[in-house]
Amino acid sequence: MSESLQPNPSHALTNLAAGVLKGDVRSAARLMRRLDDQQIDAEHALRELYPHTGKAWLIGITGSPGAGKSTLTSRLIGAFRKAGKTVGVVAIDPTSPFSGGAILGDRIRMQAYENDPGVFIRSCATRGAMGGLSQSTSNVVRVLDAFGKDVILIETVGVGQDEVEIVSAAHTTLVITVPGMGDDIQAIKAGILEIADLFVVNKADRDGADRTVRDLEVMLEMNYKMAEGWLPPVLKTVAPKGEGIEELMTAMQRHREQLIATGGIEKFNRERIKRELNAALRYRLAEAAKAQMASAGGEDALIDRIITGSTDPYSLAETLAAGITSTK
Amino acid sequence: MPQTKLRILVAKPGLDGHDRGAKIVARALRDAGHEVIYTGLHQTPEQIVNAAIQEDVDAVSLSILSGAHNTLFPAVIDLLTAKGASDIPVFGGGIIPEEDIPFLKSKGVKEIFTPGARLDDIISWVEGNIQTH
Repeated sequence: MSESLQPNPSHALTNLAAGVLKGDVRSAARLMRRLDDQQIDAEHALRELYPHTGKAWLIGITGSPGAGKSTLTSRLIGAFRKAGKTVGVVAIDPTSPFSGGAILGDRIRMQAYENDPGVFIRSCATRGAMGGLSQSTSNVVRVLDAFGKDVILIETVGVGQDEVEIVSAAHTTLVITVPGMGDDIQAIKAGILEIADLFVVNKADRDGADRTVRDLEVMLEMNYKMAEGWLPPVLKTVAPKGEGIEELMTAMQRHREQLIATGGIEKFNRERIKRELNAALRYRLAEAAKAQMASAGGEDALIDRIITGSTDPYSLAETLAAGITSTK
Repeated sequence: MPQTKLRILVAKPGLDGHDRGAKIVARALRDAGHEVIYTGLHQTPEQIVNAAIQEDVDAVSLSILSGAHNTLFPAVIDLLTAKGASDIPVFGGGIIPEEDIPFLKSKGVKEIFTPGARLDDIISWVEGNIQTH
């Protein structure tokens, strides 16, 4: 395709892991792509990187569209950079259910950091996953972790009940809302209260900000679980002006300290690993199932057999499953 | 839906005041099933190249209305080369006179779509000429 293209050994799969550990941006980006495209051999690189992960502080940022998540994320990047931390960002936008494509535009709000070598911004599409994250989010985060980022911000699509997954993907979860949106109440009914470690009322210079803060505080107090020992604070920010960011950083740091002190990190790690293990296993089983169907004549042929009455889905599934286990 | 889902960077370098055209192309690519990383107005070549590398895009497309295409296209291509990413193809469009196209192609730009180019043609070209590595 390009005349100057030389086969580049540093981008061969076997060297991607080494490249990531050396801090090569392109290796990391290429590996993330392979993981995003669910290429099974990319997992081998991930195996090499896995022991080098687990150091980063993972912060989830979610909330309704229009709450100003990306601008707030940008401010947090700035604050962490000022504090001398390196930052990874995974910005997730929805895949169109009709076309399978996506416009990933969160970088627009982070232009100030595109030339900062301490910041790595990656845009991902949900690609049909339902939990606000993409299936590869966890793997992409692991790559940024192995790459050496101190803090990883995971900014997700906010549409109500779908944010629940962010809880098991991040140590500290921020839920962003804005004053006066009637569907604040909707969002609250949908269980957003439960997932927030911190609530942020952004665009707090608008009317009704204080009332929104009070309403949230009351609801959070009613929901407060003694056992967990953490009452999520409600903070006010005006992200474009950088107001409230310092207080937010302090509150986030308090949450992190509390998590460490109560053994919450270990608990989180167990949940995270549980998710990753099950996802990796389910993926392999799904691929093996597809291969079984293919070797049995293909899915369409199998459907034909059911339609002509020679078998039923359940007997067929049993036979196919037995075929998977016997080849192992 | 295409066989391969491409990742394309749609960038607005320089001083253009609006991005209507770029957004139309971005939407068309999305509707054709691809993922578009859209970085907004007033991007420098450095920002564009850094984004292209971090996002592991299959191609960079530049939309330029200001007339600065003869400077900006080569600047982006040269910077991609300097950063070891010369395998990322660059194409684009905007207000670009036909007579400038040979120069741009000699500098490595793969294709230029002038105003009046049909979205269908742009999409077919992309799907026929851009590959995932």
